[in-house]
Amino acid sequence: MALLEVDNLQTHFRTPEGINRAVDGVSFHVDEGETLAIVGESGCGKSVTSMSLMRLIAEPPGRIAGSIRFQGKELLQLSEREMRAIRGNDISMIFQEPMTSLNPVLTVGRQIGETLRMHQGLDKQGAEARAIEMLTLVGIPEPVRRVREYPHQLSGGMRQRVMIAMALACNPKLLIADEPTTALDVTIQAQILQLMLGLKRRVGAAIVLITHDLGVVAEIAERVMVMYAGRKVEEAPVTELFRSPRHPYTQGLLGAVPKLGSSLTGAARRLAEIPGQVPSLKGRIEGCVFAGRCSLATDLCRQVAPGLEEKGPRHIAACHYARKEAAAA
Amino acid sequence: MVSYILRRILSTLPVMGIVALFVFSLLYIAPGDPAAVIAGDQASPADVERIRQGLGLDRPFLVQFGTWLWHILHGDLGTSIFTNLPVSAMIAQRIEPTFSLMAITLVLTILVAVPLGVAAAWKAGSWVDRTIMAFAVFAFSLPVFVVGYVLAYVFALQFEWLPVQGYTPLAAGIWPWLQNLILPALALGSVYIALIARITRASMLEVLQQDYVRTARAKGLGQRNILFVHALKNAAVPIVTVIGIGIALLIGGAVVTESVFAIPGLGRLTIDAILRRDYPVIQGIVLLFSFLYVLVNLMVDVTYTLVDPRIRY
Repeated sequence: MALLEVDNLQTHFRTPEGINRAVDGVSFHVDEGETLAIVGESGCGKSVTSMSLMRLIAEPPGRIAGSIRFQGKELLQLSEREMRAIRGNDISMIFQEPMTSLNPVLTVGRQIGETLRMHQGLDKQGAEARAIEMLTLVGIPEPVRRVREYPHQLSGGMRQRVMIAMALACNPKLLIADEPTTALDVTIQAQILQLMLGLKRRVGAAIVLITHDLGVVAEIAERVMVMYAGRKVEEAPVTELFRSPRHPYTQGLLGAVPKLGSSLTGAARRLAEIPGQVPSLKGRIEGCVFAGRCSLATDLCRQVAPGLEEKGPRHIAACHYARKEAAAA
Repeated sequence: MVSYILRRILSTLPVMGIVALFVFSLLYIAPGDPAAVIAGDQASPADVERIRQGLGLDRPFLVQFGTWLWHILHGDLGTSIFTNLPVSAMIAQRIEPTFSLMAITLVLTILVAVPLGVAAAWKAGSWVDRTIMAFAVFAFSLPVFVVGYVLAYVFALQFEWLPVQGYTPLAAGIWPWLQNLILPALALGSVYIALIARITRASMLEVLQQDYVRTARAKGLGQRNILFVHALKNAAVPIVTVIGIGIALLIGGAVVTESVFAIPGLGRLTIDAILRRDYPVIQGIVLLFSFLYVLVNLMVDVTYTLVDPRIRY
């Protein structure tokens, strides 16, 4: 049985200009111990999806519909109190901005310790001892001193390590990492990714990694789900996706990544880009969500939304012409 | 921390000196001649002159100021022209009711205003928020004496729950003491409650948008913990500032409140002293309140460093 099963997730926001369909009918699953990456441009609904899994969307103006089953339990039917017992304990989260995601007026030890005291019933001393242990585990030097320090006394990379320590303190089953390395220096990025992977194996957690960085995806994900305009457009194991992307949007994403040495091969080519912008999510989109920016789009695409179809082994994509395109490539 | 407090105390000395100079100058700036007042209507110019010399009012300004300051530094605030009692003794006699009133008002205000502001920010835009803010505007626009008389009429005269006026010393027991202070404290505190509730709301609204509040929710913390620990501690600096400034408001308001509720405190003493042109008493009281205000500011600065570790000392 899958650890997490999301079925037809719809997260809509009421705005003065109409309903914003930030996530519109997304389904996916995560197996135990697996790493699933969710990729897409800014505004495609990745972050809203992750916030919806934790039910951290303010309702109203937001509204989450569909089904989110975690270990067989339907999260959308739990009371707020039952949900709180899951947050930070069974499912925890790492955010993009380590500089602002830690509370500036509470010590690092207190912030790690409070999840332990709350979910595991540890006392003050026990929580601090475990916080020191976690700081050691995430590779922070002098943990006994650091545990009493405040976030402003730590660098960005250190703070992200603290966030990871905090998220993993209760040995969660699922870790949601929303752009965990985007705000960090490139050298620190690799360290943080390695750390996440190592700890994930240690505690046996599954990871949902939200990112727009395909390099990160290639490095740590096992399966990739591509989102566009609030919908899932493609999903495949990571090597399969990089080898033969089926959806024109995914192909565009991969084409927009610079490759080392490409400018040395003679003609310094301009990077391929996807023309246009993500469509407005206010109001329902008829047909394929990507049709407006797709070079292959026909009248069929503009009128009938393509369903997700099997395009290869464990590989699905939502495109009328995907198979043909793949064969041509 | 200790060295920070010491440094701050030292830095208040020049301020206190300037305040002392101003207070002393009152005697020169204010209209009327104290010597003539003491001498009375029937006195001859010679009598007035004798009294003037007796008080040292004929000597140069700086000499008078120096002598006066020297005495103050030795705990001698002078002698009342009217009662002939030492000013320090007169103040000591009246200080308990006023400080009691201010302390109760402060405690009551913070206990009411901060939770109201937090609730308004948490439920921003809802009827809870709108009710609290409407109350704040209402309380803000009513003068102390109106609130005082209305409270006294409703709770003392109609319901007879609390005494109409007067004061019972703390030595007589906590409840009798408190009973006499609840209505005056509410009257004096209403403006103050409105002010702090508004500032708390504004400050909390900003903090609740921050990423670390989202982190706290993602950790599964309860709403109360998030609001009163994670958010309020971050929102505290502006709130503490306004509480500090508000103590100046309290000093002025206490004078009116004491009159409304017939509390024999410093406010009444001040009014009497002003009406009688009893300069030594006026100077003593103003000096005391200035000192108090400087002390409050010091406490506010120290509190900043306690609530926000990023503020260096």
